[in-house]
Amino acid sequence: MALGVSKKEKIDDLAETAGVSLAASAWKRLKRSPVFIIGAVIIGIFIVVSLLSPWLAPHDPSDKMLIDQVVKARNEIPPAQPGHPLGGDLQGRDFFSRLLVGSQQTLIVGVGATLIGLTGGLILGTLAGAIGGWVDSMVMRLVDVMLSLPSLLLAFSIAAMFARPSQFTVILAVAIVQIPVFARLLRGSMLAQRHSDHVLAATALGVKKGAIVFRHMLPNSLSPVIVQSTLVLATAIIEAAALSFLGLGNPDDRIPEWGQMLGDVQNVFDTHPHLAAWPAVCIIIVALGFTLMGETLREALDPKNRR
Amino acid sequence: MALLEVRDLTVVFQRRGEEPFRAVDGVSFDVEPGQTVGLVGESGCGKSVTSLAIMGLLPKRGATVTGTVTYDGTDLLKLSDKQMRDKRGSELGMVFQDPLSSLNPVIPIGIQVTEVLERHRGLARKEAMIEAKNLLDKVGIPDPNRRLKEYPHQLSGGMRQRALIAIALACRPKLLIADEPTTALDVTIQAQILSLMKELVQDLGTALVMITHDLGVVAGLCDEVNVLYGGKVVEKANRHPLFAEPRHPYTHGLLSSIPRLDAAPGEKLTPIKGSVADNIPWAQGCAFAPRCPNALDVCVQVTPAEEDQLGRLLRCHNPVVPGTPAAEEVPV
Ligand SMILES: Nc1ncnc2c1ncn2[C@@H]1O[C@H](COP(=O)(O)OP(=O)(O)OP(=O)(O)O)[C@@H](O)[C@H]1O
Ligand code: SF4
Ligand SMILES: [Mg+2]
Repeated sequence: MALGVSKKEKIDDLAETAGVSLAASAWKRLKRSPVFIIGAVIIGIFIVVSLLSPWLAPHDPSDKMLIDQVVKARNEIPPAQPGHPLGGDLQGRDFFSRLLVGSQQTLIVGVGATLIGLTGGLILGTLAGAIGGWVDSMVMRLVDVMLSLPSLLLAFSIAAMFARPSQFTVILAVAIVQIPVFARLLRGSMLAQRHSDHVLAATALGVKKGAIVFRHMLPNSLSPVIVQSTLVLATAIIEAAALSFLGLGNPDDRIPEWGQMLGDVQNVFDTHPHLAAWPAVCIIIVALGFTLMGETLREALDPKNRR
Repeated sequence: MALLEVRDLTVVFQRRGEEPFRAVDGVSFDVEPGQTVGLVGESGCGKSVTSLAIMGLLPKRGATVTGTVTYDGTDLLKLSDKQMRDKRGSELGMVFQDPLSSLNPVIPIGIQVTEVLERHRGLARKEAMIEAKNLLDKVGIPDPNRRLKEYPHQLSGGMRQRALIAIALACRPKLLIADEPTTALDVTIQAQILSLMKELVQDLGTALVMITHDLGVVAGLCDEVNVLYGGKVVEKANRHPLFAEPRHPYTHGLLSSIPRLDAAPGEKLTPIKGSVADNIPWAQGCAFAPRCPNALDVCVQVTPAEEDQLGRLLRCHNPVVPGTPAAEEVPV
């Protein structure tokens, strides 16, 4: 009977390798990649914490409950104490709670900026790649100009154009900087698709232009864009933090955000380094998590690595 | 009147900084309803370019197409993009060489079959699915309901080509162009696909233009054969006379270079010497001259004209005399 069992296993195995879709085969490789798992665990914790942070935080992050321990003249802030594991910040608010709740805003900024950048990039890249001709030339010229500037400088200039900085202007500034990156990437893979056999075959079936673009070219052009989105989540969080640090962030500090927490303590960095270190480390770890996921995803989705 | 009349079809590619290149050079042939016509020749002789030109699929920029392609009384080359799109897939079908890359990898087979039914026959998705199942059944794909939900990479090569044939024939086109439909397949599968195509075109009365470099395919399928060399038809004849008595030295060479079941024991295969890279331009004489065992001095001075010889068209100054055995390879 042993023989029979192993034979059946073999058949199952064959059926499995034959019966997997593109996404499934990528997923199979990702599951086996320790690097991807580390990234996914980091991001998983980050997302869970940020979603649950209002309940996880022991105190209201805007409540200046320890204000009587703050002595401005002597540059004293509330130290760690029972109920406040990381002490308080410059305004006597519980630092641990602010750190937890800060993850939420950071997630919103990262995801918001990436989604807006992605949408803009998809629209421009699809126009350029699908229509070609002068539309393509114009889009690509715009993209080249934007990409020729250092991204942080560009984000800084865009953020500075808004009279009243807010969370939204930060998101917008970071997002706009990402648009040309997505647009160029998508345009490149759309052009490759335009000359592919299956697009020629679909054209030979009289499939209409719209369907050629949206059913045959776009879905096949998305994998590099998906990878890039993951990487951009990391960049967006760092750039948003940089804008806050440079004073172009949300001036309303009742709801904390890591970048902003970092910016707020610039003047006391030498005496209270932990106030900067905690949000900085959080930003770095989350950015690292997204980068690890993005890079492994890139490998897994690369058709050259299939099977 | 023939279903398809190709007259003086010429395709010139113009690449920046390069000499214009005549990939197809004055090709003419007819296809009657229900007839199967072969286009045969070595790699690079312009077979695919001919088929793409007929289908209007050559890039607008860089390729100049002249001549006429009359299908059912209308010149396809004069139709607008939209008119041509309406004809493709409904009246003109096409099957390509590589079944895997010709299917969209991210869409299930079913959607790729229903797409063309919805597009040209106006069926709703549901009806189209039923029709798609029937189509897969007809092309011999087992368990069609399951296959409809699968992705191209989950099918075997033969099954993919069957699916592509189903898609191409979904709207019962009057003309099907098959560009080396079996080249990418195993030998055993090749035979199956060819007999499937033969059966289907007979059943549906579809006219077929079969493009191949494989004379074996032609032998089993085609009523009339056009032998292409360097973008020109060098010999055109019905299948039987062509195989029995090849007259053009190139055709003769092609036939001598394939194994035959009826060959006498010990008979050697004689490949055509040289390659298309040795061609001289048609404008200077016969493109085949550098490789031709029959070449005369006149061959490199005067372009041979197309001549009608007892119902067969020949483009040659010194055709093979009927009955000549395969040329011995000339020692160099
Ligand atoms: N888009 C193009 N631009 C420039 N030259 C081209 C283009 N397409 C084909 N050609 C050239 O035209 C010639 C004929 O090509 P074609 O693809 O028709 O050959 P073929 O007979 O189909 O060969 P094969 O058996 O390899 O498919 C080749 O020399 C090729 O390099
Ligand atoms: S024209 Fe001359 S070179 Fe050309 S095929 Fe005939 S004999 Fe050979
Ligand atoms: Mg070809």
